[in-house]
Amino acid sequence: MNKNIILCGVGGQGTVLASRLISAAAMKEGLPVQSAETIGMAQRGGSVFSHIRIGEGVNTPMIGLGQADLVLGFELGETVRQLPYLKEGGKVIAADRAVMPVTASLAGGYDPSVMKEYLTANVPDLTIVEVEEAFKELGSSKVLNLLLLGSALHTGSLGLSKQSVLSAIQENVPPKFLDLNLKAVQFYK
Amino acid sequence: MGNEAIAMGAIAAGVGLVCGYPGTPSTEVLETVAKHRPEDCYVEWSINEKTAMEVAAGAAYAGTRVLVTMKQMGLNVASDPLMCVEYVGVKGGMVVLVADDPGPISSQTEQDTRTFARFSKVPCFDPSTAQEAYDMVQEAFELSEKYGTPVFVRPTTRVSHGYADIEVKDPEEYTKHTPEGFIKDTKKWVIFPRASFLNHQRIEKRNQELTKELSASPFNRIEPESESTVGCGFGIACGGISYTYAMEARKELGDVKLLKVGTPFPFPEELALDFLEGLDQVLCIEELDPVIERELTYICNKYGMNVWIRGKVEGYTPNAGENTVDSVKKVMARFLGKDLKTPVAPQLPPLPVRPPVLCAGCPHRASFYAVKKAMAGKKTLYCGDIGCYTLGNAMPLDMVDTCLCMGAGLGIAQGVFHTEPDTNCFAFVGDSTFFASAIPSVINGLFNQADFTLVVLDNSTTAMTGHQPHPGTGRTMMGKTVPAVSIEGVLKGVGLTCVETVDPLDHEAAVACVKRVAAEKGVKAIIFRSPCIAVSKPSGKCAVDADACIGCRTCIDEIGCPALFFADDRAVIDEAQCTGCGLCSQICPVCAIAPAGKEARHE
Ligand SMILES: Cc1ncc(C[n+]2csc(CCOP(=O)(O)OP(=O)(O)O)c2C)c(N)n1
Ligand code: SF4
Repeated sequence: MNKNIILCGVGGQGTVLASRLISAAAMKEGLPVQSAETIGMAQRGGSVFSHIRIGEGVNTPMIGLGQADLVLGFELGETVRQLPYLKEGGKVIAADRAVMPVTASLAGGYDPSVMKEYLTANVPDLTIVEVEEAFKELGSSKVLNLLLLGSALHTGSLGLSKQSVLSAIQENVPPKFLDLNLKAVQFYK
Repeated sequence: MGNEAIAMGAIAAGVGLVCGYPGTPSTEVLETVAKHRPEDCYVEWSINEKTAMEVAAGAAYAGTRVLVTMKQMGLNVASDPLMCVEYVGVKGGMVVLVADDPGPISSQTEQDTRTFARFSKVPCFDPSTAQEAYDMVQEAFELSEKYGTPVFVRPTTRVSHGYADIEVKDPEEYTKHTPEGFIKDTKKWVIFPRASFLNHQRIEKRNQELTKELSASPFNRIEPESESTVGCGFGIACGGISYTYAMEARKELGDVKLLKVGTPFPFPEELALDFLEGLDQVLCIEELDPVIERELTYICNKYGMNVWIRGKVEGYTPNAGENTVDSVKKVMARFLGKDLKTPVAPQLPPLPVRPPVLCAGCPHRASFYAVKKAMAGKKTLYCGDIGCYTLGNAMPLDMVDTCLCMGAGLGIAQGVFHTEPDTNCFAFVGDSTFFASAIPSVINGLFNQADFTLVVLDNSTTAMTGHQPHPGTGRTMMGKTVPAVSIEGVLKGVGLTCVETVDPLDHEAAVACVKRVAAEKGVKAIIFRSPCIAVSKPSGKCAVDADACIGCRTCIDEIGCPALFFADDRAVIDEAQCTGCGLCSQICPVCAIAPAGKEARHE
């Protein structure tokens, strides 16, 4: 199996953990993995992304334009930003969530519905994930990353088994948050 | 992670002391060693890179294998001891891990440690992958000990922060290293002009010999061409992460002959001669400085070879910024005269710009806002510095007029004061930066009769680089709790008489404090003390009473908190982000925002 996955969002949304969980799950299945993450200044509310490449014969962790099988978007505007990387026929899973940059708040904000319309019109294989419900039910808004991971797992777009993702979570998430995270990843059935 | 691989490589090589100062993208190396620390290994975050280099040198004099870590800017601070240690030499292996940041992504400059290697004459390894980083660190210790020289390992951001599954040694295979201890020998350990002349000759000779030795290293190699490209006369030379991009591009463009350089200094000259044999043109693909390009040009000249070396110098490839998989593929295709199937770029709708901002609840926002309010209408200069608080430059705070390098704000404030004494000069400095590099400038200002207000933003951590402890936190990397060094104590100790400490989240008190201190003469200090949200518990959430809110936008327009936005003509607070700091509740003109756990104060 060969898979190129891009995770994207806004610094602080938890893309880094989600990316590490996917890599750990792939390793559990004995697959070679390479990945790269944004760490540093951008983690303070800037645009962030992770590239993950699973499979044999990969030279570099960075994914080229038009090469991603899956874009997992944590924020609508950021999802659109990464579309040039999506390959023809690739899948997009996007959280129905907009994070207003402070600059946009000052200038009157940007319109998330424009992004949603753009995605709907341009990505045939699109899943928009409604997360507000889940936040309410789980009593936490800090599980966006695990919800999206769950959605990707559930739609079969990771190419990884539920078993390996669950055990990756068990090994990588602090015990205090384990229960909540396991619930979140299995929220979409 | 590449940085974790470097740490594990150092542990496998029997490292006995690891020190450094945090800096993206190098920080995780030391943190990983601390996490997996073998019994007999000592780890510390030093106060700055210069001290780290000196601590490391001392241990290496005593025969310990040492690793000292920093980002590329840190090497500037550490260069004084390093330049000299290269002359004096070491006994225990000394690896200097310097992470470069093409882009730059999280740095002030795009300086290239490979160029610094040539300048300082220190051998340098340049890993392309996490596996190579793991292997190179171990080899670097061997080389360092064999020749008694410090050795650079220089990853870049994409290698440092790239993940890959790698082969590691079992703990039984680790090198055991027992230091001999410091043996007195003034001829060796005391640097003198005469000895330095002789050492200089020795170093030049050694580096010349290394060009031969390193030609046989597995980190330098020629990737052979395929049958279809034999004799085409084209070659590619590259190193670092660009090597992985070039190998990816070769899959599509054909296997042209390729030179991979893993030790840019000393350059593998003999291997390069083999590579150049039979070529007409070589394209050099590297980030930052044209290091490989200049070396190959020099070799062609030295041996009278007629090969056209192409790259940055003539503007064929970009001379600043990062390479990408796509940029490398494109330039290789152009060089080889091939057409590329490029995907049609979709026409995207206008996207929001998203510069980094201070977190919701960040105490720095309150500090800047207090100074801004207190000094409104006065002639002021706000010298910023390096850390999260650099982000105080953004609108609407707009409180950073200058920012240069760590600790520079204090000197700049003094320089402006000496030119325009009627300006109220402020120098903002973080707590970690204060300890790292501000103290000499405080003393300088005091001694030389400058007039400025020092503002220490004490958030109890080194936040920007991922929340490392520092002397003011009283926690060490060996897991000990020790007496914290007092910032007030330091300032009063050097002779400041006006030093006030205040909680910036108490807006009224903070404004009053700034007014008082700014009115004093000479060097005076305010310490804003309130922890970073990452090292403290949130105090609840603030809430807007939508009926009381008059939609005036004061809160949004004044402080620029990312948890505050406007919807249906009312201010709204994003609960996921709010920490309950309460700054907005103190500035709402109609008291419509309830502080955490309280009712709004409006009538
Ligand atoms: C010479 C040098 N070393 C290290 C760094 C990396 N660096 C950037 S900000 C920073 C420290 C920030 O800590 P602090 O001053 O406490 O401010 P905070 O981020 O906590 O607001 C460091 C070490 C650098 N830019 N330059
Ligand atoms: S990490 Fe801490 S210091 Fe940095 S912006 Fe966020 S709250 Fe402020």
